[in-house]
Amino acid sequence: MTVEFPALSLILLLPALGVVFNLFFGARWGRAAVNVVGPGVMFAAFGVATWAFCTLLAMPPGGALVMHLWGWIEAGQFHTELGLRVDALSGVMVMIVTGVGALIHLYSVGYMAHDEDFARFFTYMNLFALSMLILVLADNLLMMFVGWEGVGLCSYLLIAFWYTNPQYAYNGRKAFVVNRIGDAGFLLGMFTIVATLGAHGVWTLDFVALRNNAALMGGTAATAACFLLFIGATGKSAQIPLYVWLPDAMVGPTPVSALIHAATMVTAGVYMIARLGFMFTMAPSTLDLVATIGALTAIFAASIAIVQPDIKKVLAYSTISQLGYMFLGVGSGAYASGIFHVMTHAFFKGLLFLCAGSVMHALGGEQDMNKMGGLRRKLPITFWTMFIATFAIAAVFPFSGYFSKDLILEAAYDSGHTWLWLLGVITAGLTSFYMFRLIFMTFFGDSRVEADKEHHIHESPATMTIPLIVLAILATVGGWVNLPDGWLWGNAFVRFLAPAVGTFKPVIEANSTQLSLIALAASMVGIVLAWVLYIQLPGIPFLLAWRLKAPYELLLNKYYIDELYNLVVTRPLFWISQNVLNRAIDSFVIDGAAEGAGLAVQTSGQVARRAETGNVQHYAFVYLLGALGIVAYYLFLVTGR
Amino acid sequence: MIPLTYMMSLSAIIFVIGVTGVIIRRNILVMFMSIELMLNAVNLAFIAIGNRLGSMDGQVIVFFVMTVAAAESAVGLGIIISTFRNRETVHADDLTLMRW
Repeated sequence: MTVEFPALSLILLLPALGVVFNLFFGARWGRAAVNVVGPGVMFAAFGVATWAFCTLLAMPPGGALVMHLWGWIEAGQFHTELGLRVDALSGVMVMIVTGVGALIHLYSVGYMAHDEDFARFFTYMNLFALSMLILVLADNLLMMFVGWEGVGLCSYLLIAFWYTNPQYAYNGRKAFVVNRIGDAGFLLGMFTIVATLGAHGVWTLDFVALRNNAALMGGTAATAACFLLFIGATGKSAQIPLYVWLPDAMVGPTPVSALIHAATMVTAGVYMIARLGFMFTMAPSTLDLVATIGALTAIFAASIAIVQPDIKKVLAYSTISQLGYMFLGVGSGAYASGIFHVMTHAFFKGLLFLCAGSVMHALGGEQDMNKMGGLRRKLPITFWTMFIATFAIAAVFPFSGYFSKDLILEAAYDSGHTWLWLLGVITAGLTSFYMFRLIFMTFFGDSRVEADKEHHIHESPATMTIPLIVLAILATVGGWVNLPDGWLWGNAFVRFLAPAVGTFKPVIEANSTQLSLIALAASMVGIVLAWVLYIQLPGIPFLLAWRLKAPYELLLNKYYIDELYNLVVTRPLFWISQNVLNRAIDSFVIDGAAEGAGLAVQTSGQVARRAETGNVQHYAFVYLLGALGIVAYYLFLVTGR
Repeated sequence: MIPLTYMMSLSAIIFVIGVTGVIIRRNILVMFMSIELMLNAVNLAFIAIGNRLGSMDGQVIVFFVMTVAAAESAVGLGIIISTFRNRETVHADDLTLMRW
């Protein structure tokens, strides 16, 4: 059952209004106006989204709210409409984007209080929210791609927000270029779908039409299309091999890291796969690839996070690792579990970044955890909220992360990916280890803060702590919407999503309690290990780093992947650009063509000008010849026939 | 009654004389006179055909042509005189300033 719900356009219109206001009037009307409008439109959008979501909840399962905007592309038989659609899946995403987005906008008011460029910042933030909402509300793949590109652009703009630093600007460009590689895959995937379905007379990318006609595609085409779309997802959602941009994206303002590079944008790939789940289900080999990449990314990134000294870098690699979990979930065919983790992750990872931002705010921008420590008493709210978030990400019962991670690991095991499940369990141990290492190094032990920063350590203002508290509550209880089967309203979230993303069909029926206990045990081992190494025997980590110098260096330098990409991809590309494209093609072929055209005109002009003698009789003679020619033409050719 | 053919032939002959004069004579004064000759050849053709068709249109047009020719000869002779004053020549081959 679908219901026309015109208020959906408000969800897009409000952030758009924010963009226009902040762009044209923000700097002129001053900080107070921007601080009201920027977060205000997001809270208003959240209100509308809540209204829509409650309407959706009141409808029978499988319902959807739609709003048709207008026709967009009519090209031959191919046609695309612009339309909005809120079903269970996009409803959840809209709630996450507007809800967490609004909180982070509010937080930004405090965080950016000392920045001169607040109007530009909120313009970009609102533009990002608009793009992300287009992405999730779109009722067809092409419109989703518009949002997909939009969030990429905003990500670039916000990473390079402090563009006067060349390194930051470079990192912004890197994110953009890496994302473009993925986007090319997304585009090719769309072309494949249009080409194969077009051959069967289905000339559209509308999700409902795609779902109804997916069977026409056949296994091979579906595998190819899904593989190409997955390349797009690896770019946007920072998976192997295109994850390299995300750690560098941390140079942006911290609310940006929280909103874009943790809570919302990077989950777009998971959302896209869940949205097209019906097609991915037809392509089991691609689905296996998704799960494998997810699990490998999870453990790969977690291992890097263990040794990073930079608080935001740890969280960045942790994000990549958690995204890996989500892909493991959807790759196992349990799309709802991936989306569930998207939701809980938005709460606890958004919170973690905001807490990290609060710490940096207090320490005047310090990011090195070796220069923190003992902040527990000085930043009580930040400490307690971050502590909760850490329990959530470490998947400790009953915090939200436990339920979602458990669901994913169970799905991985039940779908027959035993090895990937094992990787997931090990990653769970690593996760709780590096997260508690972060907490212990930051908030416990003796202060290692530099003397000149020590005196102005202060708890953040209310605009920053309120979002922290709200998110901390969500990070605690957010997972309870999907209690394990048989408990109270067990599996409510999965059942709610089932009409939109299908149900998971297990291959193996395993004892889920045992699996949960194993995962929980892994988390506990990580916590205890972190406690021993960073609280009880704080000398040991340095000893280990010294003894195991080679592996330590390898991890610290992120497996030298950036250097490898530089050597294998970037350098050769630069060389080709310099020597082939610039020297040969540009300066020879392109310039040659341009200058050759000019030279040809000049030379022929030199010849032709000789005809202009200036003698009026010559002209008269040519004129006569022409007149005779015309007369002859009519006399002999036209009338003569 | 003089046949139309005769008059048209006369007109054509005068016209060709005019064209030849414009192209082969070097003196611009003579070229100018040749142009007048061509105009009058056309006038003759207009009159003849108008008479043949029983229409006044041909004669009306001739008046227009004569008016324009009078104005043209006034301007043209003025240009020739001022050219001669400046350049001391009326030879077409010497007046080739407008060229590459």
